[in-house]
Amino acid sequence: MIAHAIFFYVFSVIAVVSAIMVTVSKNTVHSVFFLILDFISISCLFIMIGAEFLGMIMLIVYVGAVAVLFLFVVMMLNVAQQKNQWFVSKDSSRHIPIGLLISVIIFFELIIVIGGWKYKPDLFNSAKSLLENGVSNTHSLGQVLYTDYIHVFQISGMILLIAMIGAIVLTFRQREGVKKQSYLKQISRERTEGVEVLEVASNKGVKIDD
Amino acid sequence: MIDIGLGHYLTLGAVIFSIGIIGIFLNRKNIIVILMSIELILLAVNINLVSFSIYLGDLSGQVFTLFILTVAAAEAAIGLAIIVVYFRNSGTIRVEEIDKLKG
Repeated sequence: MIAHAIFFYVFSVIAVVSAIMVTVSKNTVHSVFFLILDFISISCLFIMIGAEFLGMIMLIVYVGAVAVLFLFVVMMLNVAQQKNQWFVSKDSSRHIPIGLLISVIIFFELIIVIGGWKYKPDLFNSAKSLLENGVSNTHSLGQVLYTDYIHVFQISGMILLIAMIGAIVLTFRQREGVKKQSYLKQISRERTEGVEVLEVASNKGVKIDD
Repeated sequence: MIDIGLGHYLTLGAVIFSIGIIGIFLNRKNIIVILMSIELILLAVNINLVSFSIYLGDLSGQVFTLFILTVAAAEAAIGLAIIVVYFRNSGTIRVEEIDKLKG
């Protein structure tokens, strides 16, 4: 129990600090790195609480794919020159008090919800574990995912496909002046287009290019 | 304090959610940081869903988290593609200078 508490506090402190650093870091690349650290610590929490499949999926999807995508875009867009300038103009610092106010209100609302729920006893047996029947978390998720949730699963696959097509269509651009091989042009060439017989008059040149 | 319960995880989720909202509101940098704050908010939602799922002994929360993960990945891909296109067209992704819609 003590070890669980220690691990929880370590991982959650790392997660909260790195979440703060994501928002306040001056360099965008640094905030991407802190985002990676945040995801890693949260996935450690997931594995610790007993949702090991989701923890591993989170590592693979976020740290392996999404964070690298962010890093790639940050490096491609040359935002290193556009360093963070906090409160650089009077126009922008107008938003800050109201933003802080709204964030603090939302935080306290969430805390009040949790507190009010905590003092309502015997809602359920919190000691109940999914591991009781000897089936691992991944096994039970797989059992439910491909049977009860098969349609939602396929729809999420469709969402990923559409996102992929959309990203490609959005960023695709046709460049001028790039030479490409065109098979259709090559095989549809005929002798009449390629060879021309000219009558060359003596003492006069022939102009080939039109 | 020592006995870690559901409330601790929910509080962690609330803290990260609020940090994400603060990041959206107070951002004066480029839009990429706003996208990262949205990822933080989705992460907080995932923490809530997973901890409720574990403590209630119901698996549907984790299945839902899986689908949220899918949608978040798709959203990150599309959002970054839009940012790349915008940067190509206008040369900046600073939040203040994006005012084409006069909002």
